[in-house]
Amino acid sequence: MLETWVVIVTSFAYLGLLFAIAYYADARADAGRSLIASPYIYSLSLAVYATAWTFYGSVGRAAENGVGFLPIYIGPTLMIALWWVVMRKIVRISKQNRITSLADFIASRYGKSALLGGVVTVIAVIGILPYISVQLKAVSASFTTVLQYPELLSAPRHGDVPLVRDTAFWVALILAAFTILFGTRHLDAAEHHEGMVAAIAFESVVKLVAFLAVGAWVSWGLYNGFGDIFARAAADPALRPMLAPLGGAGGDYSSWIWLTILSMLAIMFLPRQFQVTVVENKDEKHLSKAIWLFPLYMLAINVFVLPIAFGGLLHFPRGADADAYVLTLPMSQKQELLALVVFIGGLSAATGMVIVETIALSTMVCNDLVMPVLLRLPGLRLNERRDLTRLLLAIRRGAIVLVLLLGYLYFRLAGEAYALVAIGLISFAAVAQFAPAALGGIFWKGGTRRGALAGLCAGFAVWFYTLLLPAFARSEWLPIGFLQHGPWGIELLKPQALFGVAGLDPTTHAMVWSMLANVGAFVAVSLTWAPGAAEHRQASLFVDVFKRPALPAGASLWRGTAAAPELYDLLSRFVGAPAAEEAFEDYARLRGLELPIARLPADADLVHFVETQLAGVIGAASARIMVASVVKEEAPSLQEVRAMLDEASQIIVYSHRLEQKSQELERATRELRAANERLTEIDRMKDEFVSTVSHELRTPLTSIRAFSEILHDHPGLPEPERARFLGIITKETERLTRLINQILDLSRLESGRVEWRESLVDLREVIRDTLAANSQLFKERDARLEAKLPERVPKVRADLDRIVQVIVNLLSNAAKFVEPGRGRVEVTLVTEDGFVRVDVRDNGPGVAPRDRRVIFDKFRQGGDPLTGKPQGSGLGLHISRHIVEHFGGRIWVSSGASDGADGGACFSFTLPVASGRALERAA
Amino acid sequence: MEKFDVRGQRLAALFLLGVLLFSYPVLAAFNVQATLAGIPVLYAYFFIAWGALIALMALVIERKA
Repeated sequence: MLETWVVIVTSFAYLGLLFAIAYYADARADAGRSLIASPYIYSLSLAVYATAWTFYGSVGRAAENGVGFLPIYIGPTLMIALWWVVMRKIVRISKQNRITSLADFIASRYGKSALLGGVVTVIAVIGILPYISVQLKAVSASFTTVLQYPELLSAPRHGDVPLVRDTAFWVALILAAFTILFGTRHLDAAEHHEGMVAAIAFESVVKLVAFLAVGAWVSWGLYNGFGDIFARAAADPALRPMLAPLGGAGGDYSSWIWLTILSMLAIMFLPRQFQVTVVENKDEKHLSKAIWLFPLYMLAINVFVLPIAFGGLLHFPRGADADAYVLTLPMSQKQELLALVVFIGGLSAATGMVIVETIALSTMVCNDLVMPVLLRLPGLRLNERRDLTRLLLAIRRGAIVLVLLLGYLYFRLAGEAYALVAIGLISFAAVAQFAPAALGGIFWKGGTRRGALAGLCAGFAVWFYTLLLPAFARSEWLPIGFLQHGPWGIELLKPQALFGVAGLDPTTHAMVWSMLANVGAFVAVSLTWAPGAAEHRQASLFVDVFKRPALPAGASLWRGTAAAPELYDLLSRFVGAPAAEEAFEDYARLRGLELPIARLPADADLVHFVETQLAGVIGAASARIMVASVVKEEAPSLQEVRAMLDEASQIIVYSHRLEQKSQELERATRELRAANERLTEIDRMKDEFVSTVSHELRTPLTSIRAFSEILHDHPGLPEPERARFLGIITKETERLTRLINQILDLSRLESGRVEWRESLVDLREVIRDTLAANSQLFKERDARLEAKLPERVPKVRADLDRIVQVIVNLLSNAAKFVEPGRGRVEVTLVTEDGFVRVDVRDNGPGVAPRDRRVIFDKFRQGGDPLTGKPQGSGLGLHISRHIVEHFGGRIWVSSGASDGADGGACFSFTLPVASGRALERAA
Repeated sequence: MEKFDVRGQRLAALFLLGVLLFSYPVLAAFNVQATLAGIPVLYAYFFIAWGALIALMALVIERKA
């Protein structure tokens, strides 16, 4: 079943099927019913990342060092987590500016620089050649291997084979023809290749199915599951170390980390990944689903790598080509159908990569390298040619053939000495050089054209010296002494141990040095020389793409004069008359303008529209040149651009300020409302106070009036009766006077109109004097009064008379409440951390816990108001609290039953001990 | 960009988690001669951690914001 003609017919049938799919998808796209507008197709198209390197090379790498193939897929998985932030931005920018390739992207960012675009293109083409050679090598090797069935020989060295008999050469030519048919059948202004994407998605399915099929067969057909394979490997002393290979055969951790970083950058900046991820993206929303679908694909295609690798190592003698295990394992067991499926899987992996990569590169070569040069050559008079679409297509086709032939050349020159993965890594390191300019460009406005140029050139030079030249030296195209002893015998310049840094694997070594040179030059040069006006504008458009969606990209920053028909002519020369007409009609319809074209206002908007349309076909840099040729343009000066950008940022600042102001206003409103509530509450309290006071005043007044009337109306009352009534009147009058005094006192206290006469007070003396003066009060009620005073207490700073007032108030309260004859009142004075405390303890009925707080409020008294009121105004304690708190103390009541005596209340107040300075001042 | 891009922040956190899972100290802990259900521990770890990371990413993306 593996006869030559079967293999060849199957291969061409497969390519034909791809072509049919592409044709169908293109037809659907033209009919407006796109086949690829789905996140699943999009994710599958991203899987063009998995090439022949993955299909054949991963197993080879795994057979060499266990886990060394994994960073190539884990790195992208990590990177994709950041795509939400990074890639979404790149896609948005590219859609707004109609960017069609990586070179276009970088050139646009740095002021549409044609030079920069050219440099990026050259680096990309040279850098990708090794990668393309991997695909050629894999396809031709697998072809040769299959053809030799049932023999299991590795492919012969190609250096010995003449060109016409070299499979790889024919593979390169066939792939070139196929790609030309595929990618350059017609010119699309947006560079969308719907047919290609559909075919790539299909290829991703084919290679995954083929790899899973051979993996499952090896695991459960050839062996008895994973456990069996690994158990046998563990039993083999040569293979046992590979089961925990890190730090040993699997390379050290630093090379692991660098490989991961390398792949993280490769997934973004390989030209073909940029093509499928950014250029072919139909809808930004597809990106989000791809964030988990694409890593899932990579996980799936890697599950069987290790079982196949160990299966191959166990099955074949040492020295067999591990890159071919995927194919040779089924062949060794006469599984012809499976071998054919594997061959087709490998073919699809390789063709997918080659098609997308060469299309992406040809776009770059055409738009950013050839066209800018041709347009500038005055002798060609290209500016005056009517139809340039044929020329564009011819350049692209030529570029495709050129790239593939160069890939083949690299394969002949340097491809033999390395395994697939090692060759591929050289390309990864090359495209990683784009990262500083591209990533720096979308997050850092300070990056400049000169900086990007310097960084790219420096990084590329180091890459060329440390990776590419050694690859040639290894293949004996350069003297090997160059590698071993450095150029001209200078050891410090040894390409793989630059400046004496040895012990790293070649890729890590090259990455460290090239990234150092690249980032260093990019940053240093950017910061040294100021950017021009165009760069300034583009930097702002790129970095702030999410902040200013309303700003029509670049349009408002343009001044000049043009004529609409000239612009139309220009566009039609590059995209053809029908397409140009359609574009202008769309333009007019969207803006509500009227045709014919001659009547369209040729303003900045229209010029910008034509330029972006052109950019889609010939790249931003060339489009700039072409538009400039028909438009009399006054380039805005750097100052003007700055002023316009500043204006925009001014507006942003204003809006921020406005937002702040409105927040402040809200806060002020809240505060006002709170203040209003407080005022209402105080007003209510005042009313309550007035009504309570009048009530309190009326009680004694009523009794005075009643008794006065009795005396008045009954002049004949007996003398004792008369005396008793007069006594009551006197007492009530006294009560009234006291009440009025207290009210006046309170109002002074509350309004702050009290004059405090502060001095240093010795509470011991105060208490002793007060007790002596009030002893009569207790004698009247036959109560015992005791004082427990320490020898010395610190002085406090207070108003002597007011403190006396407080103590008298507490004492008279105590005297009032104790039971006559059995009463006992005890005054104690205690010093405790910074305060002096006075306790007045009695054995009266005590204060119910629920009243303990409120009795200090105005007109509040303990006890049940229904069962009669004790004497007093209800203001004494309130005033006392005012006084104590004024001097920084506290007053409260607790249960008096601390010493086991019966009930009672204990009123306490504290006053802070006077500080040293206060003592001095008083002295 | 949205003022508070929850999804972006969650994904960035997953990125950091991934960096942690697949770099030096953690990998070294699994780099041992032992098997888990017949599969070498390091290999099992790689695929389990990788799969878990993808599952978390899917969760973040597919959850209704």
